[in-house]
Amino acid sequence: MDKSSGAPDRGRGGEPYDVAVIGAGVIGAAIARQLSSYRLRTVLLEKEVEVSFGVSKANSGIIHGGFHHSPETLKARLEIAGNTMFDRLQRELHFPFRRCGILVAAFSVEEMKAVEKLYAQGLANQAIGIELAGRDRMLALEPRLNPDVVGGLHAPAGGVIEPYRFVFSLIENAQANGLELRTGFKVTRVQRQGRWFLLGSDGGGSVRARFAVNCAGLYADEVSALFGAERFSIVPRKGEEFILDRNARGLPGKVIFPVPTRLSKGILVIPTVEGTCMVGPTAVEIEDKEDLATSQSNLEVVFAAARRLVPALSERDIITAFAGLRPTLKGGDFYIEASAKIPRLIQVAGIQSPGLTASPAVAEYVKDLLKKAGLELVEKADWNPFLSPLPRIRELAPFQVEELARKDPAYAEVVCRCESVSEAEIVAAIRAGHQTLDGIKFYTRAQMGRCQGGFCTYRILRLLARETGLPIERLSKRGPGSELLRSGL
Amino acid sequence: MTEKRYDAVVFGGGSAGLAAAARIASEGFSVALLEREQELGGVLNQCIHSGFGLHVFREDLTGPEYAERFIERVRGSSGLDVYLDTTAQEVTAGGGGSGQEPIVVYGYSRRYGILRLAARAAVLAMGCRERNRGNIGIPGSRPAGVFTAGLAQRLINIDGYLPGKRAVIVGSGDIGLIMARRLTWSGAQVLGVVEIQSYPSGLTRNIVQCLNDFDIPLHLSHVVSRIIGRDRVEAVEVSPVREGIAQIQEGFRLDCDTVLLSVGLVPDNELSKKFGVALNPETGGPLVDAGLQTTVPGVFACGNVLHVHDLVDYVTEESERCAAFAAEYLRGRYELRQYRLQPGANVKYAVPNRYFPERENRFYLRPLIVANQARLTVRLDGESVLERRLAHVQPSEMLSFTLSPKELAGVSPSRENTLEVSIT
Repeated sequence: MDKSSGAPDRGRGGEPYDVAVIGAGVIGAAIARQLSSYRLRTVLLEKEVEVSFGVSKANSGIIHGGFHHSPETLKARLEIAGNTMFDRLQRELHFPFRRCGILVAAFSVEEMKAVEKLYAQGLANQAIGIELAGRDRMLALEPRLNPDVVGGLHAPAGGVIEPYRFVFSLIENAQANGLELRTGFKVTRVQRQGRWFLLGSDGGGSVRARFAVNCAGLYADEVSALFGAERFSIVPRKGEEFILDRNARGLPGKVIFPVPTRLSKGILVIPTVEGTCMVGPTAVEIEDKEDLATSQSNLEVVFAAARRLVPALSERDIITAFAGLRPTLKGGDFYIEASAKIPRLIQVAGIQSPGLTASPAVAEYVKDLLKKAGLELVEKADWNPFLSPLPRIRELAPFQVEELARKDPAYAEVVCRCESVSEAEIVAAIRAGHQTLDGIKFYTRAQMGRCQGGFCTYRILRLLARETGLPIERLSKRGPGSELLRSGL
Repeated sequence: MTEKRYDAVVFGGGSAGLAAAARIASEGFSVALLEREQELGGVLNQCIHSGFGLHVFREDLTGPEYAERFIERVRGSSGLDVYLDTTAQEVTAGGGGSGQEPIVVYGYSRRYGILRLAARAAVLAMGCRERNRGNIGIPGSRPAGVFTAGLAQRLINIDGYLPGKRAVIVGSGDIGLIMARRLTWSGAQVLGVVEIQSYPSGLTRNIVQCLNDFDIPLHLSHVVSRIIGRDRVEAVEVSPVREGIAQIQEGFRLDCDTVLLSVGLVPDNELSKKFGVALNPETGGPLVDAGLQTTVPGVFACGNVLHVHDLVDYVTEESERCAAFAAEYLRGRYELRQYRLQPGANVKYAVPNRYFPERENRFYLRPLIVANQARLTVRLDGESVLERRLAHVQPSEMLSFTLSPKELAGVSPSRENTLEVSIT
């Protein structure tokens, strides 16, 4: 997956593409896959060394139920449309996704009034299967819920997903269908040469493309400025989340929301698709787009709020914490339009919640905008929407693992004991281009369990060195500057 | 699938499993010893410092030397098969099938493929794991350069790589103290050890030999209140703690590229949970009876998986006792007449939780207090049956005592016979 940005340019002014998609988060990935079904040359540019390493890596991993946003907004429309596309996508791409259902819990008459408004909004949005529930119904749906609940909302079409695995699978499938990916390619220069955009990276590489899609997440404002297009400002809104052990007391079966505030959907309790429990996020507007620090005071805030929903939750079960940033834009709605100033540039900005849910619908929407802007779309006869699933031993019975191990004994070598990840799975991740510790973690779950890499880090480093031929000192957590070890003693 | 039958299967080839496996085999039973790594010895292999074996061998050995003595015993045992590079992935006890061998283990191994081992008894000896950053919730960014002390020890002593040049150590557990010295010897600078408690959590001898001898500052009643750095650690913020709250405005910054965490160990009972063994929330290990048998018949536990020990010598001692009880179980002569022992004042836990009235019983316990001139008292239904003077007690140092049938003369069928151990 990794193509060095330092590769020499072919011909004058970089390689020619029909479309350059800037930013390999979930939006860029979904657009790139969408475009891979047409007879186009598409390149996906990503500044980090791994895809999905910005906003899409650190979020709540929710497929929303379609009731949080007013029907006049673009985001409500795309949320509903996106939600319905996930079943087919999962059958094609095999990422972890489960429609576990979503609850909004009310604890007072006033809160129940707010829930009724959400319900009306959901009906107007045509959200699938939503129901208004009384106390008994709520407790029957989720026995772990605080018994003080007075009622709430149930959205059975809501679910949970591993967002980064979704991104990885979209991009792998797009690559199999001809997409070119350039990681470590931070767009720092944009020139217009006739009908071409010439995009240059700080690493020295450059590409030429006729059309460009700006889905640079937190940096969409800066990328827009590079094009000389619309001026807007992305404000990062930080959210801190805590992951609890899969054996945590209080782990619910459904995603549980409080009644939302003006600023956010509130602090939720999430049964993750891989069986752990997540609580969060906070919502604080900050200035620094790189600030991913967590804090002690937020831990207390998050747990106080989460225990109001599920009293059995305990800080003692925390295995890790992380922070993510939502790229927010004034007005609060998605900004997805053809640039009014620069022809053949599509702006896709302000994609915060429910961006993950909406992403496949955003991709179709952007495809239509590109067509309107003059891009010719001819379907490929041989487009293959399927990705073959990678075997994961934690999902298999011993006799199935035996069958795999007969062909490749590395399936019987358990490298990550907490999450049961075999050597074969780690090698597959490395060969798919994930050559950092974090990349392997998000691809395989190795280092993601209760020991947080205490036992398996050195084994993964050895495998990385063996597969890439790189010396151990060059191996990093998430790219240059984050190398782990110094040379031999 | 390779299928084999044994009298006993031992999980883990570290200090506990080695001692237990050799002892069961010495009593004429067939044993399978399963180890995930490619060598026997467990964490001893990376403990290249000395201080091991002072009790068991009356010698000052390094970790690998100590392990070697038991590895030789295991290698010389007949009827003992060692499965290296093998992870016990699925286990069941008592579930249907052949009544003879109620314990079934599926082992995954690159060397042997998928193994199905059936046994009549099992010994849990998986040891413990290190608490990590998430467990103690250190705020700040998430750069490279944050390691648990045990991982760093392995990287230096076995793989030959240095984690960094300027380190701050969080927590004064023994591994952290040992690593302060090890890093210094390797040419790295250790800027300090930061301990949240008002007293060190490692052994006194390690404070002296690993910190004082190298002028490494120990910041008691302090925490690392923030980790700073985007890609790699650049600094930490260290703040004093009063009444459990970090005083960040009084904090100071230490520029460093590495943070090592030595903030406690947790018994690694994931496999125990698969067996359905009940755990003791105080120890994090299985609840065991007087013969170190868990709540699942035929499944025994010893070493750091049962409770975290401070010295390997005690692990060995406990594991050999455990193996002897497992052998009695295999012979069908396991003694069921037992009574309860419970922790009393100032005792965090005592292991085991039961005793045999007519045999010698050995107990390990952790005090909750720091005190000089303390007294350990064991009461039988309220009457003192054993008293011992202790020059000094602190939570980081494990205590042990033995109760003989003589002291238990008062046990009678007409009484409740509960023992209570307290420290005053």
